[in-house]
Amino acid sequence: MYLGRVVGRVWATVKNANLTGQRLLIVQPVTPELKDKGRPIICTDWTGAGAGELIYWTRAREASFAFLPDEVVTDATIVGIVDAIRVKREAHRGDGGSG
Amino acid sequence: MLIARVIGELVATRKHPSHEGLKLLLVQPLDLDGSERGDAVVAVDAVQAGIGDRVLLTTEGYSAFSSVGRLMTPIEAAVIGIVDEVDLSSA
Amino acid sequence: MILARVVGTVVATRKDPRLEGKKLLVLKPISPDGKEEAGYVVAVDTVGAGFRETVIAVSGSSARMAEGCRDRPVDTAIVGIVDTVSLDRRE
Repeated sequence: MYLGRVVGRVWATVKNANLTGQRLLIVQPVTPELKDKGRPIICTDWTGAGAGELIYWTRAREASFAFLPDEVVTDATIVGIVDAIRVKREAHRGDGGSG
Repeated sequence: MLIARVIGELVATRKHPSHEGLKLLLVQPLDLDGSERGDAVVAVDAVQAGIGDRVLLTTEGYSAFSSVGRLMTPIEAAVIGIVDEVDLSSA
Repeated sequence: MILARVVGTVVATRKDPRLEGKKLLVLKPISPDGKEEAGYVVAVDTVGAGFRETVIAVSGSSARMAEGCRDRPVDTAIVGIVDTVSLDRRE
C-alpha cells in the first residue's frame, strides 16, 4: 500500500460495465514526510475519502479485491483514511547489506 | 522480497474491514548497501516488527495477504520477517 | 489507473486469437491538467474511445477484470471516457 493525498476527481459517463457506480479520485502519492512524489493516479475509493484527505491506497489486482464479491476493474483503490502517522527515519546508516 | 527498514506507523480508523486489527507500518525498501531504494510503502505487519527494525518486505499480493491469513483482500504489502543478518560474501 | 490520451491505433492481423475483434489503441499518459507525459502504452479499448479523447486506463492483471477482457492477454484496458477532471489546487 502507499500513502497519498486526494487532489481531485474524474467524471466519466461512458465506462466499462465493471466500473459502473465507482467514484474516481485523483491521488497524489506522498512520502512519509508528506511531500508530493511521482505522478498522480486515478483510484477507485472504498472509504468515501474527500478532497485534501491523507489516505493509503492498494495497487495491482489486490485493489479490486476491496470490492469482492463485485468484480471491479481497478488497479488502485483507496482502502483507508489516515488519522495519524508517526515517522522516525534515521539518517543513512549504511547497514542494509551486511551485519 | 526486499530488505527494508521500518520507519513509522500509521493509524487509520476508517479502513477496509480486512485491515482491522492489523498493524500498519511505514517501510522504506533498502539497497544492499543500506541506502534507500525507491518509495516507502505501507505494509501490514505479520511478525510484530517495530520502528527501526530491518525487515523482509513482500510487495506481491498473495504473499502479503496470506501472511496475515486474509485471503483475497486488498493487501499487497507485508512485513514477513525480521532480518538478523545478511551475508553477501558467501553468495 | 491513469489518465491518457488516445494518439493512435495498432493494426495486427496475426495476433493471439484471444485478441480477435479487440480494438488496440496507442495511449500517451497525461497529467490531470492535460499535458502529455513520457512513454506510451498499447491498450485494449472496452468503451469505444476515439482519436484524441481523454480516457481512463487500468493496467496489470486488473485489466482482465474489465468486461470483455476476462481470460484474454490484456495488460492494459481502456475502461472509461473522461467527461471532466476537477482538481483541488491548494496553492
